[in-house]
Amino acid sequence: MNALEISQLKKVYKGQVEALKGIDLTVAEGDFFALLGPNGAGKSTTIGILTALVNKTSGQVKVFGHDLDTELELAKSHIGLVPQEFNFNQFETVQQIVVNQAGYYGVERRIAIERSETYLKQTDLWEKRNTPARNLSGGMKRRLMIARAMMHQPKLLILDEPTAGVDIEIRRSMWKFLQEINQSGVTIILTTHYLEEAESLCRNIAIIDKGLIIENTSMKALLSKLSVETFILDLAKDVNELTLTSAKSQLVDAHTLQVEINKGEALNQVFAELSNLGIKVLSMRNKSNRLEELFVNLVEQGKQQESV
Amino acid sequence: MIKANYWIALQSIVYKECNRFLRIWVQTLVPPAITMTLYFVVFGSLIGRRVGEVDGFEYVEFMMPGLIMLSVINNAYSNVSSSFFSAKFQRNIEELLVAPVPTWVIVWGYVLGGVLRAVLVGAIVTAVALFFVDIQIHNFWVIVTTLLLTAILFALGGLINAVYAKTFDDISIVPTFILSPLTYLGGVFFSVSMLPGFWQHVSQANPIIYMVNAFRYGFLGISDINLTVAYSILIGLTLVLFTTATMLIKKGVGIRH
Repeated sequence: MNALEISQLKKVYKGQVEALKGIDLTVAEGDFFALLGPNGAGKSTTIGILTALVNKTSGQVKVFGHDLDTELELAKSHIGLVPQEFNFNQFETVQQIVVNQAGYYGVERRIAIERSETYLKQTDLWEKRNTPARNLSGGMKRRLMIARAMMHQPKLLILDEPTAGVDIEIRRSMWKFLQEINQSGVTIILTTHYLEEAESLCRNIAIIDKGLIIENTSMKALLSKLSVETFILDLAKDVNELTLTSAKSQLVDAHTLQVEINKGEALNQVFAELSNLGIKVLSMRNKSNRLEELFVNLVEQGKQQESV
Repeated sequence: MIKANYWIALQSIVYKECNRFLRIWVQTLVPPAITMTLYFVVFGSLIGRRVGEVDGFEYVEFMMPGLIMLSVINNAYSNVSSSFFSAKFQRNIEELLVAPVPTWVIVWGYVLGGVLRAVLVGAIVTAVALFFVDIQIHNFWVIVTTLLLTAILFALGGLINAVYAKTFDDISIVPTFILSPLTYLGGVFFSVSMLPGFWQHVSQANPIIYMVNAFRYGFLGISDINLTVAYSILIGLTLVLFTTATMLIKKGVGIRH
């Protein structure tokens, strides 16, 4: 069964701003799905419609087979939402927020209190359970929204930029937690500005721009479209000037070399040339913004087509 | 199954609402106790002795049901208007909008929160009144039903106010410019029969006259108006406001794009 089926979804805001121009999207059950797009592309409008915070203009949305028009409550009961902005009562305590939210989904208070221990511990907030939400740090508030969204044990978890403004250490621990949730069978849809995040976590991806889906494929298939791959080489000794003849290269700093290799070409020539120059390579890694390059290309292509 | 979920959701909203007004008890429960003590001291004991009897009762006895009703109206209204607007302002109303909670449960949840605060404040004011008046009860059920219906009605009024409100000023305009004048001219401090003929007719258009008089009848057994008319107006207005509030929230006015 599909977790989400969207067909011909349109949204026109007051003032005739066309946020969604008829998008089609399917997310399979158990998937970890990325929905990417530049600011104002229609990501948050799409999520708003799925979660009944925005009224659609036309089109159909089904969540685990339940149509939003005819079975809204059943559809809602399957979804857990982690919104982009903090939307909890700042004066309530952490535990009150998650327990009340479970109650709105019909979870008995006694069970909700028991369950809150599990999710607050998983998000490292158990020690803060009696703290008013306004006293939490930004990262803690983000984690609180994830714990709150999990309290009714949804089958589909939607996260709208969950790691915005979170430091790298906490972001990594949140990724681990989200992977565990996904492995337990929960379908996850993620929007993010950190493309490294989408690349690390998601199996399938859709790119939305100006209210239209411009790419919808697997992460693997999308990354295979890369014609050039960039590698970062850490050099053993400082080099002041270096230009390779075997590949396009750039010295980032005295001991870091960036090399671009066309798809299908071998790296051997690069290493041979470096050996001839007496330069030792200590380590090598992929440049992590592969998806970023593709994303920018796709959005740029869209702009060029529009101007033509 | 679904009905059981609705019940749990309703309990959760009411629990959250009660927790809110109890957490800020210095702002919600103490002021009415102090204000009403001052009313009883100044208007009841000091000035009231010189006023003499109204409709066969000492002035402080006559005024007491009106003062309780005044507190009930103000607290039912302000609890819901400030709580719902605050939920809109902080966006935590979205917690309810994304959940499988029908609109009528949201409306009743907020209204019951307002009613419970109004009843609690009403009990506090009654306790204060015991220091100044020997309270008599003419008809207990009239007291209970009038108090509950009035609290529900004004809680609904506060909810509709909050739905339309865009700033904190918007939730204080109606209480200041409409609710207070209607309440003070609604027979709390005087009997309609004390007004000149023309103003007696004008006062019939003030719905609060009916609530205060019905409530006073429950304590003293006297009323300027017909009890059936008072109940009809209370129930009629409650149905109109409940339907309006439910429709507004279902449509998403002020809370959904």
